[in-house]
Parts: sequence; C-alpha cells; structure tokens
Amino acid sequence: MRVGESVRRPDGAAKVRGRFEYSSDLHAPDMLWGATVRSPHPYARIKAIDISAARAMPGVHVVLTHKDVTGRNLYGLEIKDQPVLAHDFVRYWGEAVALVAADHPEQARRAAQALKVDYEVLKPITDAEAALAPDAAKLHPNGNITRQVKIRHGDQSARADIVVTGEYEIGMQDQAPLGPESGLAVPEQDGSVELHIATQWLHVDQEQLAAVLGLPPEKVRLTMAGIGGAFGAREDLSMQAHACLLALEAGRPVKMSYSRTESFVGHVHRHPGRLWYEHGADRDGRLVYVKARILLDGGAYASSSTAVIANASCFSCGPYRVPSATIDGIVAYTNNPPCGAMRGFGSVQNCYAHEAQMDKLAAELKMDPVELRMRNALQTGDKLITGQTIDGPVPVAELLKSIAAMPLPASGEGKGGDVDLTKLPGGVSNTTHGEGVKRGVGYAIGFKNIGYSEGFKDYSTAKVRLFTKDGKARVEVHTAAAEVGQGLVTVQAQIAGTELGVNDVVVLDADTNVGSAGSSSASRQTYITGGAVKTASEAVRDRVIAMARAELRAPSGLHIENDNVVTGTGKLVVPLATLLGDEVIEETREFHPRQTFPLDAETGQADAHMQYAFAAHRAVVDVDAELGLLKVVELATAQDVGKAINPQAVEGQIEGGSAQGLGLAVMEEIQLKDGVIRNASFTDYLLPTILDMPPVRMDVLELGDPNSPYGLKGVGEPPTISSGPAIAAAVRAATGRPITRVPIRPHDLTL
Amino acid sequence: MNFLQPSTWAEALAMKAAHPEALPIAGGTDVLVEINLDHNRPDTVMDLTRVADLAEWATEDGLVRVGAGVTYTRIIDELGDRMPGLAMASRTVGSPQIRNRGTVGGNLGTASPAGDAHPPLLASDALVELASASGTRRVPVRDFFTGPKRNAARKDELIAAFLIEPATGPQTFSKVGTRNAMVIAVCSFALALDAGRRRVRTGIGSAGPTPLPAPEAEQFIEGELDWDGRQPPSDAAVARFGELAAAAAKPIDDVRGTAAYRRHALSVMARRSLGWAWQDYRVGWA
Ligand SMILES: Cc1cc2nc3c(=O)[nH]c(=O)nc-3n(C[C@H](O)[C@H](O)[C@H](O)COP(=O)(O)OP(=O)(O)OC[C@H]3O[C@@H](n4cnc5c(N)ncnc54)[C@H](O)[C@@H]3O)c2cc1C
Repeated sequence: MRVGESVRRPDGAAKVRGRFEYSSDLHAPDMLWGATVRSPHPYARIKAIDISAARAMPGVHVVLTHKDVTGRNLYGLEIKDQPVLAHDFVRYWGEAVALVAADHPEQARRAAQALKVDYEVLKPITDAEAALAPDAAKLHPNGNITRQVKIRHGDQSARADIVVTGEYEIGMQDQAPLGPESGLAVPEQDGSVELHIATQWLHVDQEQLAAVLGLPPEKVRLTMAGIGGAFGAREDLSMQAHACLLALEAGRPVKMSYSRTESFVGHVHRHPGRLWYEHGADRDGRLVYVKARILLDGGAYASSSTAVIANASCFSCGPYRVPSATIDGIVAYTNNPPCGAMRGFGSVQNCYAHEAQMDKLAAELKMDPVELRMRNALQTGDKLITGQTIDGPVPVAELLKSIAAMPLPASGEGKGGDVDLTKLPGGVSNTTHGEGVKRGVGYAIGFKNIGYSEGFKDYSTAKVRLFTKDGKARVEVHTAAAEVGQGLVTVQAQIAGTELGVNDVVVLDADTNVGSAGSSSASRQTYITGGAVKTASEAVRDRVIAMARAELRAPSGLHIENDNVVTGTGKLVVPLATLLGDEVIEETREFHPRQTFPLDAETGQADAHMQYAFAAHRAVVDVDAELGLLKVVELATAQDVGKAINPQAVEGQIEGGSAQGLGLAVMEEIQLKDGVIRNASFTDYLLPTILDMPPVRMDVLELGDPNSPYGLKGVGEPPTISSGPAIAAAVRAATGRPITRVPIRPHDLTL
Repeated sequence: MNFLQPSTWAEALAMKAAHPEALPIAGGTDVLVEINLDHNRPDTVMDLTRVADLAEWATEDGLVRVGAGVTYTRIIDELGDRMPGLAMASRTVGSPQIRNRGTVGGNLGTASPAGDAHPPLLASDALVELASASGTRRVPVRDFFTGPKRNAARKDELIAAFLIEPATGPQTFSKVGTRNAMVIAVCSFALALDAGRRRVRTGIGSAGPTPLPAPEAEQFIEGELDWDGRQPPSDAAVARFGELAAAAAKPIDDVRGTAAYRRHALSVMARRSLGWAWQDYRVGWA
C-alpha cells in the first residue's frame, strides 16, 4: 500500500457480491420507520396542520410538525434560510412539512398521507428572471437575489475587431446517487443521539443538527454509514434532522430511507442557468475581452448557491488569457426545487458557454478551434480575471495538444451489409442502418478550483496510531473524512503506508470522535485529508526514528521500510515491532492549505482560490440528423492530476466524471412544469447506459504541483466540466445547428 | 392482501371466476412497479407463473399460438424466425433481467400505448385469445386496445395466448428513445410485408391513446409496390407513405417528447422501415 500503486478498494468485492451494507440496510432491534409529509404545492401559505388522523393510524408512535423542533427551525450551509419542517410557507414542491414514525414503513407512509395540511395556494415564481423583477413576490426577507458577483477586470471600455455573442441554456441535472437518502438515529439514555448516516461531511451535519435539536454538539454523534454515491447531493441535511427528532421523541431508534421519487425532492440539484456572452478578439484570434451575464436558478433555498455563483463567475471565461472581463453572476431564489452542490460546482454551466463562444470565434476567424484555444491558453504566472496570479503547472496548451494528437476512432458503419446496431445512434432500437448519420468532432477545455475558496476555512484532521499487533507493526488511521466511493479509504492507507513504511494499515470508520475533515467535495479530500494523514504520519515517524536513535544509539539518516527501521543505505537496524514492544505512538495533526480571500464586492478581485485543476476533452459523435438521435462514439481526455496517488482510482474518476458530463449533454434533466417535477423516477430521468457511454481514451499527466502533498491535484470534478461541452461541439460540427441548450433533445435537432 | 396461486389453467380460470377483482401477475415487471410506487393497492393477486401451459408455444392450423407467459427472451431465442418483427421489438424491451421475466401477455394486460410488443402484433394481424370459466374467444389485436391502459378483456377473463401467422414477408420494428438502451419508446413503428397476399401492415406505438395501425398508409403503399418486378418504390411514394403513417398517429406533448417530434420521427421511421423491408423482399423473399 504505497502512493502510486493501484491499491484495491477494501469494499469492492462486497459491493460486487451485494453484501456491502449501505445506509439503507441499517437495522436496529425495536426500531421505528420514519416518513415525511411533503408539500404538494411549489408555493403556499400553511394555514393549519391537523395531525389527529395521522396520529390515530395503526402503528403510529410519533407525529411531529414545526412546533416540535426542539432547537432552531432553520438550517443551511451558507445562509440559514431553510426550515427543518415548514412553518409559515412552503416554497417548493416536496418541501418537508411534518414527520411520522411508525412500526412499519408502510404504516408510516400511510399515516403521512392521512395528515391534513390546509394550504392557501400561491402563484409560484418558477423562472429566475421573473424572480428578479421589481414587483416579484419576495420569497425570503432579503429579497430574491441570493448573491450577485461582479468581476471587473482590465479596461472596461475595450473594443475588438471580431465580436461574437451567444445565449445559452443549461437544464437542471440531478446527482442521481444510486443510494437513496437514508440513515438510522439511535437515542441514548442521557438525551443524546447517535446518527448513522451516509453524508459528505460529518461535522457540518453535527453542527447543524446540534442547533436544530437544541443539543450541545457532543450530544449529537455521527458515524459514517455505507454510502451509495454523493456527487454533491449529500452536502445538505436531508433526513438527518428528521430522523433525530423522531428518535428523540419516540425514545426508540428511527430509520428513514427515501424512495427514488422522494430522493428527487430530498436533495438539491445542479443549478439550471441562462448565460449571455460576448467575446471580443483581434484578427489573430487573441481575446481582447469577455462580457457575460450568468443567471442561475437557485430554487427555494440557498444551500451552496453563493459559492456556486462565485465559481460560475470566476471561471466564466475558461482557462484563457483574458485582458478585460466584465462578468455579472446572479443566483436567484425561485419556487423551483433548491439547487446546490454538484460535481463541477458552477464550472460546468459556464464551460458550455465559453467553449461554444470559442468555437464561434474560430468559425468567424476561419481558424482551427484547437489552434484558437492554444493561442489564448492560460500559462503559469498569468493573471486570472479575478486578479490572482496563477502558479504551479497550468498545462492548458499541453492538454489541448494531447487530445488533438490522439488517433481518431475508425469511421462508423456504412449503409447496407450487416450493421452492428449497438454502434449506431438509437442502438438496438433499430432506428438507422446508417441513414442520416453524420459524424462530428468537438473539443473543450475547462478548469476549476480545488478546495474551499474565498476565505472559507479549509482544513482536515488525522489521528495516526502505530503499535504492534500479533508481533507485527500496525498503523491505524482515523479521520472524519467521508468515503463517498471516490477511494479515499485506499488513499489514506497508501499515504500512511508510504510515510511509515508499514505494510499493515487499517483505516477506521469515519466518525465525529476525531476532528473535522471538511467535506468530501470540491475535489479536496486527497489533498486536504491526504495532507493531514501525511502530516500525522510524519509526526509518528519522527518519534519512531527518535526512539530508535535514543534506544539503539543508531546513526542519523534512519528511515522505516517494510516494517523495519533501516539505515540510509537500507541496512536493517531493528524490526519495527521489536523497537515498539508495547509502546503505542499516536499523533493527531491538522493540515491547512494556503489561505484564500473573499472576492471584492465591486470588482471581484482577490486571491480567492487555493489550487486550480484542468482537463480537456475531445468528443466524436455520430448524429442521426433526421431523427435527432445520437451516439457518442468516443471521448478522449487529458488531465493533469499532479500525481496519481492511486492510478486506477484516478482512471475511475476520469471515466465516471466524463460520463456524468455526458449525461447532462445528452439526456439528464429534471423537467419542471410550474415548479413541479414531472420525471421524478429513473423511468423518465434518464442516466447513460453502457451503450451511451463510450470508451474513454485518456492521457493522465503528472506534472506535480509544488504546493501540494506529493504534488497532487484534485481529480474528481474536472472531467465533468469539459466532456459535455465537447459533445455539444461535436453535435454542432455534425449538424451545423447552433446547439445553445443542453441536454440536447431530439426535437432540438430536427424541428 | 390475498395471494392466489393456481397450478393449472383450469384452476386459474376458476379462481378468476370466483375472484374477478384478482390482479394477475406474470413476470411482475409492471405489477410490482405499480405496487412499489403505490399506484395500485390490489386486495387480491393471482400468480400465474405456476401454470405451465401459459409458458408453452405451438403451431396450430398454420398459426403459431404463443402462451401469454412466454418471456421476451424466449421469443427472441425460439421464435425469431417465425415472428422477426416481434423478436426485434423484444430485443428493445428493458434490460436482460426484464426480458427474462417480462411477457407479451403482461404487455397486453397493461395495454400501455408504449408497450413495445403491440406495434408488431398489429402489423402481424395477431389474435389475442381470451379465456374464462365459461369459454374462449379470439379478438383481433386491432380491436383489443380500447383506451389508454384499457383492453377488451372482461373482469372474469384471462389472456391465454396470442396467435400469429409465421412471417410471410420481411418485418421490421424501430423505436425512438432518448437513450440507446433501456428506454420507454418516445414513439415506435412496426411494418410487415405479406408477400403472398401482397399486403402491408403497420403498427404505431407511443403516439396516441392506444397502439394504432396506419390503414391509409397501408392501402396507399400496397398499390404502389411492384410486387412482381420488385423494383424499389419511387421516392415520392416512400415519402407519401411516411406522411400517411405520421398522419395516423394521435400524439401529445409529454415528458418524453413533443407531439410534433413524434409525427416527424414516425414519418422518418416509416420511410426507413419500408426501405429495409423492401430491400429484404428484393434480395431474399421467395
Ligand atoms: C426496468 C423496466 C424496463 C421496462 N422496459 C420496457 C420496455 O422497454 N418496453 C415495454 O414495452 N415495457 C417495458 N417495461 C414494462 C414491462 O416489462 C412490460 O410491460 C412487460 O411486458 C410486462 O410483462 P410481465 O409479465 O412482467 O407483466 P406483469 O407485471 O406480471 O403484468 C402486467 C399486467 O398484465 C396483467 N396480466 C399479466 N398476465 C396476464 C394474463 N395471463 N391474463 C390477464 N392479465 C394478465 C397483469 O395483471 C398486469 O395488469 C419495463 C419494465 C421495467 C420494470
């Protein structure tokens, strides 16, 4: 288990065999099942709630409303604007209004249906632009603008010879983690509660729960449960507070587990948006200025909207040298479902726009689109539009060069003869044997920040213990970092194994008995928690070496290798187990990356971000132009990961991230009508299958960031940013249509 | 919930007579979804999977009689040569797991306008055999679909089988979906050429309240085709066939697609299907 090896996941076999215990499989003797009463209206005033019928249903133990919230009935990651249970208004379809706990889940659901809420139905605001109108109803006390970001960079009156404009629309994507929101709350004699939960950040859940429950944090203990994906959907509270309230009231363990339909209203989504762009360039294709207005629909509550709009604005121009920028990013409250974190976090929406604009500019200049991008490629030492000087490797031109040089896949099936339907648009549905099929190739590149930004305190804590077990050295690593499927569990073991030279490394379950690790989001955990494990391991190692030197009078230059303390030339000094005896060496360390600063309110200038990561994609797409169906034939990608701690896991992230990007480009969309979700199921919210997601050709660069542990960069999000825009570009190339909206729908390509 | 589990067909019919409200379950791939989503709370269900007869097929009087409980997988493996259109449609149903459990009888029972077996059954002029304790009748599939998710079976009847003449000419099936596998049809189109009788039959799925034939398109193209010389029809005739097929649909706008797109896609599929079928007829059909 060393850094750089493709170490296998410890839970891999159990997952494949169906034996892994997910949070939805949790069980306690004597437990009750919770269910949620949800609003059938996107916007309404609650006039009265009558719990009597629900309370009288068979098997029901507890029914709770806003009156029963023991602490503060408001929570939120950035702005505490969301009630745990709605009290005066419901602001989105599916908002939680009341809770039931019963012996059987079906009894709980039926009681929830029996609960009566008297609503005064109000006209919902379901469009972000309409929410900004001066006469629009105020959905929250401070109005409907959740945050506005202004970036004013360079000469604000810059003019250019070549100007292209465009308007783009992005649909609402869902993270669609296969594991639904679920967990088990267990009340204790002393009035405290233990929550077993699949989450992205144990400590922020704990902090919010303590406030909601009116308990000190130490009386709310959380343990990470088996997680079935996250992608941003588990950053906010879903059923956490509900299960704890029910359990504390009932005095019995309470389990909650959402259905797929409930899951669609139980977590936030990717912000849909409208983006207006103007690019000015000189006749050589060098950018002169970019102007943009980015309007994101944040839905009913803030969640992480304020950070998402900052990203959308900071990265609005793509990884290019832009001498002048005038960017206005706005995120608004509406009565649509709340939007928040999702893989790519604001950089996904804008990448569709800036990359479409770059292609427009290339077309206008009759220039190769890759060449145009290279000509404007950001480089180390350049200033970003936020005024920050970008350091470390900035391999924009290299990534573009890499994908452009990769061989293209063989051309598709011709007409007639035996056709392989699986290779054609429409697949086995047999809609074409080659008729109408045109191939297009498209390119895109994107970038985003790794870790928290704008002064938000970023750190992680790791406890590392070294001792002997059964005559052998063993290391235990304990952090609160959430393994969300990304492979952090092997990364932590690999880092401790590398630093301590020990073969037997165990990563303990994440819980709140150790300090915060921050969230598994922003592609930050390998960097930040990896950094914490490295620092704590180094501290343990220093003590071991000091001990060896003190006890054995050994020379300097000792290190640990393969469970032995050895000299600088690798000669055995003493087996680690012998040296340790009964001694336990334990160190806890925090790791803090470099500081960031908030964006200036008027100019958006600041050293707002800590690290930047880049990825580029080339997409080859066959489009049945007559039917508007498409087949992504190949995705080729190049990404700088700094250092691949676990190369196989890196490949998995790149493939998975590319697939999630593909989903938004071609099929994944929450469809809303007047604030109501029309496709809250996997029957109609379509995710890519193996026939939709092509093989990925990849070039993983390890250029080494001088600031980070091992030189690594965050890996998880960049692939999600540029894969979709490359596909949109390929469809444009194949059809000649402008493609200004994703997901691309058949009728957009044909009518 | 009461659970009935007949082990013979006679027992099943007797139970259905005694419990007309009982909801039959074959593969359960529609029924269990309905129950899980709480769209249906049946008091009584009747499991038909123990009735061996239902999972048999045989040839009788020149027709293939396929028990209502024969799965899609078996239709693909065992009947692909006799009913290529239905086999092609079966390949597009769900995933391997769904095809292993799901049955054409269940598809007919649900009678969804989007059921993929329906267009090829229409194009093959299939008969649906309905049985009750008091007798058996055979309903032409064109009369079987009476409304959205409604069919001609009485409360006391079960679907016993469907009957199809083995293919007498090329057959095709195409389905538009917004992903390349595991997708409910946005619209679909089936075509069967009957070389002996010089007939053309069609079926349209997911573009109306029920699966629909396109009789005007059929009549038009029957007269245009050069059955003896086997020359390709004119582009104008093919285009007209597409238009008439699209005109037969009664589509709506919904979460899966727009009415205008459905009509457009049907005309394209009809044109392409005719081209493929005619090509097969030219090169291969005796
Ligand atoms: C993931 C998934 C994907 C799917 N994909 C497709 C698809 O691509 N295309 C498609 O067409 N369908 C699809 N379906 C729907 C379903 O699989 C089909 O409709 C299938 O044909 C149903 O057959 P079954 O045997 O499972 O029916 P069941 O669920 O057992 O029954 C369906 C209905 O028929 C009735 N019934 C069953 N047998 C009889 C009988 N002998 N007499 C009278 N009534 C009877 C039942 O009472 C019920 O009303 C999908 C379903 C799922 C879950």
